Amino acid sequence: MLNQLTISELTAKLTKREISARAATQACLDQIARVDGKIHAFLSYNADDALAQADAADKLITGGVTKPLLGVPIAIKDVLAVKNQPLNCASKILGNFVSPYDATAIEKLKAAGAIVFGRLNMDEFAMGSSTENSAFGATKNPWDITRIPGGSSGGSAAAVAADECIASLGSDTGGSIRQPAALCGCVGLKPTYGRISRYGLVAFASSLDQIGPFTKDVRDAATLLGVLSGVDPRDSTSVPQPVPDYTKALTGDIRGMKLGLPKEYMIGGLDAEVKAAVDAAVKKFQELGAEIVEISLPHTDYAVATYYIIATAEASANLARFDGIRYGARVDGNDPIELYGQTRGAGFGPEVKRRIILGTYVLSSGYHDAYYLHAQKVRTLIRNDFLQAFEKCDAIVTPTTPTAAFKIGEKSDDPLQMYLSDIFTISCNLAGICGVSIPCGFTKNPKLPIGLQLLGKPFGEESLLKIAHAYEQATPWHKEKAALSPDLS
Amino acid sequence: MATGEIDVKYVAHLARLALTPDEGKKLSAQLGSILGYIEKLRELDVSGVEPTAHAVPMVNVTRADEIRPSLPHEDALRNAPRQSNGLFIVPKVVE
Repeated sequence: MLNQLTISELTAKLTKREISARAATQACLDQIARVDGKIHAFLSYNADDALAQADAADKLITGGVTKPLLGVPIAIKDVLAVKNQPLNCASKILGNFVSPYDATAIEKLKAAGAIVFGRLNMDEFAMGSSTENSAFGATKNPWDITRIPGGSSGGSAAAVAADECIASLGSDTGGSIRQPAALCGCVGLKPTYGRISRYGLVAFASSLDQIGPFTKDVRDAATLLGVLSGVDPRDSTSVPQPVPDYTKALTGDIRGMKLGLPKEYMIGGLDAEVKAAVDAAVKKFQELGAEIVEISLPHTDYAVATYYIIATAEASANLARFDGIRYGARVDGNDPIELYGQTRGAGFGPEVKRRIILGTYVLSSGYHDAYYLHAQKVRTLIRNDFLQAFEKCDAIVTPTTPTAAFKIGEKSDDPLQMYLSDIFTISCNLAGICGVSIPCGFTKNPKLPIGLQLLGKPFGEESLLKIAHAYEQATPWHKEKAALSPDLS
Repeated sequence: MATGEIDVKYVAHLARLALTPDEGKKLSAQLGSILGYIEKLRELDVSGVEPTAHAVPMVNVTRADEIRPSLPHEDALRNAPRQSNGLFIVPKVVE
């Protein structure tokens, strides 16, 4: 089935003209028609537009044109602007918003020949860890539809795991790519802060947000990272760092590389099967010739608290722009203040309100220094932990999540428990380093994917992907398909 | 500093967020427990530690001061809930 192919498999077949981009796109659309009623990964998609893009790609292929993603259907989290497509951030407040321009990441996908289609479900404004906070209904995990796919990029992960697209884009502020990738059994990469331009990404927490790919293997993540990376004059936080061919780093040879195991990550809440899978992965790395060193990240226990001050503070400022004046839905009032309040009260869901209130509070007069400034200082300590650890190792190995996918509704009434499920992924954003989650096994009953997280140095994506790829090539996990994927009934 | 208690009504006003009484009550309880958790940061002595605003510090990123094409006026207006004569329509501000 063409929709199950990886980017490298698909482009090879397209180049040899064994198949057409139209056929590959149609296979994805057929799969959506078959399974999306069960998992709800897509908020919307335009089949005619996708097929028109596929026909244009086929024309170029016939004309001998080669591009890294020519004819590859890639679906997009509902947080990135795609010209003339809806953009809602899975919120009611954006009303019937249609993007007037392309995000830089989307421009780059299009320039590389990709078929950019579909709006993928997410937690409203990327706030959440389960995709239950979408204003348009939860996404389900393709391995078990009674369970969450993770979040906030749950639609992006579920769509790749269910083979509804070849790859997808998401965004990661505290784990929103790596955590759903782990829970859905795909590869999810959060690049270093500044690696990919965020122009056209709806901002949640500007000092933490990064765009990144969801793929079926590590090679595809390397391909997409190469396409998406680079400095952009429209995003002053993008970093002028050269963009290598990341696929060249995938040699399979990690002999002599040093992998750090943080002792602080073996916490009480870590599920026994997850721990066993990570322990087995560490053994596999040793077999592959890597050296395991124990490291310490002493401020790990403070990361979640630090994150929920900084992220909510920045969110409260960023979301001030949704005021019912220039775009989106509006609830009228007698004066502008009333209009703002009514519009925002009706338009935002409970988790977004919770975070706006918390963020406004920690920035408010009298509390700014006690909360926000204090958290920024703790952030320095967390970042220093990582920089010191990276003096001893090339990458850090951890579980991506403390447990496999939990049940829908299990944590939705307890925000703090939901926040704590991000404990392993949050520090990476605070430190501004890169991280990837790759499949490393399954729980037994029910069978659910387990994710291995690798954390790398700032702009150390080549090493990170090299290590991830070597592990992937030596293990069978990434080849397993979600229960729903081949199910044609 | 006060701990565990947020004057939700006041903060909601600052945030321009109209809440129902039920929402306010629920938020107050939830934020109380979240703030209680956040208090653990007080355990750390951060005197002498510089704050981190951005993980990759970049300063004074500028561009050439040149006229370039920008979003056309009609495109900028096309998502407005109310517009007229090329302008956003808002409630009366001045009496």
